[in-house]
Amino acid sequence: MTDAATRLSAVLGSIPYARFIGMHAELAGDEMTAILPFSDHIVGNPLLPAIHGGVLGAFMEMTALAQLSVAEPLKRQPRTIDVSIEYLRSGRPLTTFARAQIKKVGRRIANVHVEAWQEQRAAPIAALRGHFLLTSADE
Amino acid sequence: MSSDEQHRFIADAMNAGSPQARALGLVTLEIGDAVAILKAPYRPEIVGDPETGVIAGGVVTTLLDHASGQAVHAALAEWTSIATLDLRIDYMRPAQPGRDVLARAHCYKVTRSVAFVRAVAYEDDPDDPIAAAQAAFMLDSSAGKKPGANLKPPRAKASGGQGDAV
Repeated sequence: MTDAATRLSAVLGSIPYARFIGMHAELAGDEMTAILPFSDHIVGNPLLPAIHGGVLGAFMEMTALAQLSVAEPLKRQPRTIDVSIEYLRSGRPLTTFARAQIKKVGRRIANVHVEAWQEQRAAPIAALRGHFLLTSADE
Repeated sequence: MSSDEQHRFIADAMNAGSPQARALGLVTLEIGDAVAILKAPYRPEIVGDPETGVIAGGVVTTLLDHASGQAVHAALAEWTSIATLDLRIDYMRPAQPGRDVLARAHCYKVTRSVAFVRAVAYEDDPDDPIAAAQAAFMLDSSAGKKPGANLKPPRAKASGGQGDAV
Protein backbone atom coordinates (compact mmCIF):
# COMPACT_ATOMS: atom_id res chain seq x y z
CA MET A 1 0.00 0.00 0.00
CA THR A 2 1.34 3.42 -0.90
CA ASP A 3 1.38 6.24 1.65
CA ALA A 4 -1.50 7.93 -0.14
CA ALA A 5 -3.55 4.73 -0.10
CA THR A 6 -2.87 4.28 3.61
CA ARG A 7 -3.93 7.87 4.31
CA LEU A 8 -7.06 7.40 2.17
CA SER A 9 -8.26 4.28 3.94
CA ALA A 10 -7.42 5.90 7.28
CA VAL A 11 -9.48 9.02 6.59
CA LEU A 12 -12.56 7.25 5.20
CA GLY A 13 -12.35 4.50 7.82
CA SER A 14 -12.27 7.16 10.53
CA ILE A 15 -15.46 8.94 9.44
CA PRO A 16 -18.43 7.04 10.90
CA TYR A 17 -20.83 8.91 8.60
CA ALA A 18 -18.88 7.70 5.51
CA ARG A 19 -19.48 4.14 6.68
CA PHE A 20 -23.11 4.99 7.49
CA ILE A 21 -23.85 5.93 3.87
CA GLY A 22 -21.60 3.12 2.60
CA MET A 23 -19.02 5.09 0.60
CA HIS A 24 -15.48 3.96 -0.22
CA ALA A 25 -12.74 5.09 -2.60
CA GLU A 26 -10.20 3.68 -5.00
CA LEU A 27 -6.85 5.02 -6.10
CA ALA A 28 -5.36 4.65 -9.57
CA GLY A 29 -1.94 6.22 -9.15
CA ASP A 30 -2.73 9.67 -7.82
CA GLU A 31 -6.27 9.70 -9.16
CA MET A 32 -8.97 8.93 -6.62
CA THR A 33 -12.50 7.84 -7.38
CA ALA A 34 -15.06 7.80 -4.59
CA ILE A 35 -17.83 5.22 -4.88
CA LEU A 36 -21.28 5.30 -3.30
CA PRO A 37 -23.10 2.01 -3.93
CA PHE A 38 -26.86 2.37 -4.03
CA SER A 39 -28.70 1.26 -0.92
CA ASP A 40 -32.27 1.83 0.24
CA HIS A 41 -31.38 3.97 3.23
CA ILE A 42 -29.81 6.73 1.10
CA VAL A 43 -33.08 7.39 -0.73
CA GLY A 44 -34.68 10.81 -0.21
CA ASN A 45 -37.64 10.59 -2.57
CA PRO A 46 -39.13 7.10 -2.43
CA LEU A 47 -41.58 7.70 -5.30
CA LEU A 48 -39.08 8.15 -8.11
CA PRO A 49 -36.94 6.81 -6.25
CA ALA A 50 -34.10 9.34 -5.97
CA ILE A 51 -31.04 9.55 -3.74
CA HIS A 52 -31.34 12.22 -1.00
CA GLY A 53 -29.74 15.49 -2.07
CA GLY A 54 -28.16 15.81 1.35
CA VAL A 55 -26.50 12.41 0.96
CA LEU A 56 -25.08 13.43 -2.42
CA GLY A 57 -23.78 16.64 -0.85
CA ALA A 58 -22.24 14.72 2.04
CA PHE A 59 -20.73 12.17 -0.36
CA MET A 60 -19.08 14.93 -2.41
CA GLU A 61 -17.90 16.78 0.70
CA MET A 62 -16.24 13.63 2.02
CA THR A 63 -14.77 13.01 -1.46
CA ALA A 64 -13.12 16.43 -1.17
CA LEU A 65 -11.83 15.63 2.34
CA ALA A 66 -10.48 12.28 1.12
CA GLN A 67 -8.78 13.89 -1.89
CA LEU A 68 -7.08 16.40 0.41
CA SER A 69 -5.77 13.57 2.58
CA VAL A 70 -4.48 11.74 -0.50
CA ALA A 71 -2.68 14.83 -1.78
CA GLU A 72 -0.57 15.37 1.32
CA PRO A 73 -0.24 14.24 4.92
CA LEU A 74 -2.31 16.42 7.25
CA LYS A 75 -2.10 16.70 11.00
CA ARG A 76 -5.85 16.62 11.32
CA GLN A 77 -8.89 16.25 9.18
CA PRO A 78 -9.52 19.54 7.36
CA ARG A 79 -12.59 21.49 8.47
CA THR A 80 -15.25 22.45 5.97
CA ILE A 81 -15.69 26.22 5.73
CA ASP A 82 -18.32 26.34 3.01
CA VAL A 83 -19.76 24.19 0.27
CA SER A 84 -21.87 25.17 -2.70
CA ILE A 85 -23.78 22.29 -4.22
CA GLU A 86 -25.43 22.24 -7.64
CA TYR A 87 -27.97 19.55 -8.38
CA LEU A 88 -28.04 18.75 -12.07
CA ARG A 89 -29.93 15.50 -12.43
CA SER A 90 -31.87 13.32 -10.08
CA GLY A 91 -29.79 10.60 -8.39
CA ARG A 92 -31.16 7.32 -9.74
CA PRO A 93 -30.96 4.04 -7.80
CA LEU A 94 -27.50 3.23 -9.18
CA THR A 95 -23.90 3.38 -8.00
CA THR A 96 -22.66 6.99 -7.84
CA PHE A 97 -19.04 7.98 -8.48
CA ALA A 98 -17.22 11.20 -7.64
CA ARG A 99 -13.86 12.76 -8.37
CA ALA A 100 -12.35 15.81 -6.75
CA GLN A 101 -9.95 18.36 -8.15
CA ILE A 102 -7.92 20.43 -5.77
CA LYS A 103 -7.89 23.85 -7.37
CA LYS A 104 -5.64 25.47 -4.80
CA VAL A 105 -4.00 24.59 -1.53
CA GLY A 106 -2.76 27.58 0.42
CA ARG A 107 -1.13 27.68 3.80
CA ARG A 108 -4.48 27.51 5.58
CA ILE A 109 -7.22 27.15 2.98
CA ALA A 110 -7.87 24.66 0.20
CA ASN A 111 -10.35 25.08 -2.65
CA VAL A 112 -11.76 21.83 -4.04
CA HIS A 113 -14.23 21.07 -6.86
CA VAL A 114 -16.08 17.75 -6.96
CA GLU A 115 -18.29 16.20 -9.62
CA ALA A 116 -20.57 13.18 -9.14
CA TRP A 117 -21.95 10.99 -11.89
CA GLN A 118 -23.63 7.64 -12.40
CA GLU A 119 -23.69 5.95 -15.81
CA GLN A 120 -22.03 8.68 -17.83
CA ARG A 121 -19.07 10.71 -16.72
CA ALA A 122 -20.11 13.43 -19.19
CA ALA A 123 -23.57 13.74 -17.58
CA PRO A 124 -22.83 14.64 -13.95
CA ILE A 125 -25.73 14.43 -11.48
CA ALA A 126 -24.30 16.97 -9.02
CA ALA A 127 -21.28 19.19 -8.39
CA LEU A 128 -19.77 20.73 -5.28
CA ARG A 129 -17.31 23.56 -4.73
CA GLY A 130 -15.91 24.00 -1.28
CA HIS A 131 -13.35 25.71 0.92
CA PHE A 132 -11.60 23.73 3.62
CA LEU A 133 -9.56 24.91 6.57
CA LEU A 134 -6.28 23.04 6.91
CA THR A 135 -6.10 23.30 10.68
CA SER A 136 -2.87 24.22 12.28
CA ALA A 137 -2.07 22.87 15.74
CA ASP A 138 -3.05 26.06 17.60
CA GLU A 139 -6.77 26.05 16.75
CA MET B 1 -57.67 19.41 6.05
CA SER B 2 -56.56 22.86 7.20
CA SER B 3 -53.32 24.16 5.74
CA ASP B 4 -51.59 23.67 9.11
CA GLU B 5 -52.73 20.05 9.20
CA GLN B 6 -51.64 19.61 5.59
CA HIS B 7 -48.17 21.00 6.30
CA ARG B 8 -47.80 18.73 9.33
CA PHE B 9 -48.97 15.76 7.24
CA ILE B 10 -46.40 16.47 4.49
CA ALA B 11 -43.59 16.98 7.02
CA ASP B 12 -44.33 13.72 8.82
CA ALA B 13 -44.64 11.89 5.50
CA MET B 14 -41.26 13.31 4.39
CA ASN B 15 -39.62 12.12 7.61
CA ALA B 16 -41.21 8.67 7.62
CA GLY B 17 -41.26 8.12 3.84
CA SER B 18 -37.70 9.20 3.06
CA PRO B 19 -35.39 6.31 3.99
CA GLN B 20 -32.42 8.62 4.64
CA ALA B 21 -34.51 10.86 6.94
CA ARG B 22 -35.67 7.73 8.75
CA ALA B 23 -32.12 6.39 9.01
CA LEU B 24 -31.02 9.68 10.59
CA GLY B 25 -34.14 9.82 12.80
CA LEU B 26 -35.12 13.32 11.61
CA VAL B 27 -38.16 14.78 13.42
CA THR B 28 -40.13 17.93 12.63
CA LEU B 29 -40.61 19.93 15.83
CA GLU B 30 -42.51 22.83 14.27
CA ILE B 31 -44.05 23.39 10.86
CA GLY B 32 -46.20 26.11 9.33
CA ASP B 33 -46.16 29.60 7.83
CA ALA B 34 -43.20 28.86 5.53
CA VAL B 35 -41.05 27.80 8.49
CA ALA B 36 -39.86 24.33 9.51
CA ILE B 37 -37.83 23.36 12.57
CA LEU B 38 -36.28 19.89 12.47
CA LYS B 39 -34.09 17.84 14.78
CA ALA B 40 -31.31 15.35 13.98
CA PRO B 41 -30.79 13.31 17.16
CA TYR B 42 -27.15 12.69 18.08
CA ARG B 43 -25.87 9.17 17.37
CA PRO B 44 -22.31 7.81 17.30
CA GLU B 45 -22.74 6.48 13.71
CA ILE B 46 -23.17 9.96 12.28
CA VAL B 47 -20.00 11.47 13.69
CA GLY B 48 -17.64 13.10 11.17
CA ASP B 49 -14.45 13.40 13.20
CA PRO B 50 -13.98 10.69 15.81
CA GLU B 51 -11.23 12.68 17.53
CA THR B 52 -13.76 15.30 18.54
CA GLY B 53 -17.06 13.34 18.45
CA VAL B 54 -18.59 16.11 16.38
CA ILE B 55 -21.51 15.25 14.08
CA ALA B 56 -20.49 15.01 10.38
CA GLY B 57 -20.85 18.09 8.20
CA GLY B 58 -22.70 15.84 5.79
CA VAL B 59 -25.43 15.14 8.34
CA VAL B 60 -25.88 18.89 8.79
CA THR B 61 -26.10 19.15 4.97
CA THR B 62 -28.85 16.51 4.85
CA LEU B 63 -30.70 18.09 7.78
CA LEU B 64 -30.58 21.58 6.22
CA ASP B 65 -31.68 20.23 2.82
CA HIS B 66 -34.55 18.31 4.38
CA ALA B 67 -35.66 21.21 6.60
CA SER B 68 -35.49 23.60 3.64
CA GLY B 69 -37.69 21.30 1.56
CA GLN B 70 -40.30 21.17 4.33
CA ALA B 71 -40.23 24.96 4.62
CA VAL B 72 -41.03 25.15 0.89
CA HIS B 73 -44.01 22.84 1.33
CA ALA B 74 -45.09 24.94 4.33
CA ALA B 75 -45.08 28.02 2.08
CA LEU B 76 -47.33 26.44 -0.54
CA ALA B 77 -51.10 26.08 -0.39
CA GLU B 78 -51.02 22.81 -2.32
CA TRP B 79 -48.51 20.00 -2.45
CA THR B 80 -46.23 19.97 -5.46
CA SER B 81 -43.08 17.99 -6.16
CA ILE B 82 -39.88 19.90 -5.43
CA ALA B 83 -36.17 19.35 -6.09
CA THR B 84 -33.11 21.13 -4.72
CA LEU B 85 -31.42 23.20 -7.43
CA ASP B 86 -28.59 24.49 -5.34
CA LEU B 87 -27.57 24.59 -1.73
CA ARG B 88 -24.82 26.71 -0.25
CA ILE B 89 -23.73 26.04 3.30
CA ASP B 90 -21.37 28.07 5.48
CA TYR B 91 -19.98 26.19 8.46
CA MET B 92 -19.37 28.69 11.25
CA ARG B 93 -18.27 26.36 14.02
CA PRO B 94 -18.24 22.65 14.90
CA ALA B 95 -21.37 21.22 16.49
CA GLN B 96 -21.06 20.50 20.20
CA PRO B 97 -20.09 16.84 20.67
CA GLY B 98 -22.86 14.53 21.78
CA ARG B 99 -25.71 17.01 21.18
CA ASP B 100 -28.76 16.92 18.93
CA VAL B 101 -28.66 19.39 16.05
CA LEU B 102 -31.69 21.48 15.11
CA ALA B 103 -32.38 23.29 11.86
CA ARG B 104 -34.74 26.19 11.26
CA ALA B 105 -35.62 26.87 7.64
CA HIS B 106 -37.66 29.76 6.23
CA CYS B 107 -38.96 29.84 2.68
CA TYR B 108 -38.96 33.59 2.14
CA LYS B 109 -39.92 33.76 -1.52
CA VAL B 110 -41.91 31.60 -3.91
CA THR B 111 -42.15 32.33 -7.61
CA ARG B 112 -43.98 30.33 -10.25
CA SER B 113 -41.05 27.92 -10.74
CA VAL B 114 -38.59 28.47 -7.91
CA ALA B 115 -38.68 28.73 -4.10
CA PHE B 116 -35.90 30.40 -2.09
CA VAL B 117 -34.97 29.31 1.42
CA ARG B 118 -32.62 30.38 4.20
CA ALA B 119 -31.82 27.97 7.00
CA VAL B 120 -29.59 27.70 10.06
CA ALA B 121 -28.39 24.71 12.09
CA TYR B 122 -27.86 25.12 15.87
CA GLU B 123 -28.15 23.37 19.21
CA ASP B 124 -29.96 25.91 21.41
CA ASP B 125 -30.06 29.28 19.75
CA PRO B 126 -30.59 30.08 16.05
CA ASP B 127 -28.54 33.24 16.65
CA ASP B 128 -25.52 31.09 17.52
CA PRO B 129 -25.50 28.90 14.42
CA ILE B 130 -23.33 25.90 13.58
CA ALA B 131 -24.05 26.46 9.90
CA ALA B 132 -26.15 28.66 7.64
CA ALA B 133 -27.64 27.65 4.32
CA GLN B 134 -29.16 29.34 1.31
CA ALA B 135 -31.07 27.12 -1.09
CA ALA B 136 -33.17 27.28 -4.23
CA PHE B 137 -35.78 24.67 -5.09
CA MET B 138 -37.46 23.95 -8.38
CA LEU B 139 -41.24 23.60 -8.08
CA ASP B 140 -43.24 20.91 -9.85
CA SER B 141 -39.94 19.15 -10.47
CA SER B 142 -41.52 15.79 -11.20
CA ALA B 143 -43.92 17.19 -13.82
CA GLY B 144 -44.64 14.40 -16.26
CA LYS B 145 -42.62 11.89 -14.23
CA LYS B 146 -44.49 8.90 -12.94
CA PRO B 147 -43.63 7.06 -9.74
CA GLY B 148 -40.71 4.76 -10.47
CA ALA B 149 -39.45 7.03 -13.28
CA ASN B 150 -35.89 6.73 -12.02
CA LEU B 151 -35.97 2.96 -12.27
CA LYS B 152 -35.97 3.19 -16.05
CA PRO B 153 -32.87 4.11 -18.04
CA PRO B 154 -32.68 7.73 -19.21
CA ARG B 155 -34.53 8.59 -22.38
CA ALA B 156 -32.76 7.99 -25.72
CA LYS B 157 -29.48 9.80 -25.54
CA ALA B 158 -28.45 12.41 -28.04
CA SER B 159 -25.19 11.71 -29.86
CA GLY B 160 -23.55 14.18 -27.48
CA GLY B 161 -24.15 11.69 -24.70
CA GLN B 162 -26.50 13.86 -22.64
CA GLY B 163 -28.79 12.03 -20.25
CA ASP B 164 -32.20 13.29 -19.27
CA ALA B 165 -31.99 16.69 -17.70
CA VAL B 166 -34.32 16.97 -14.74
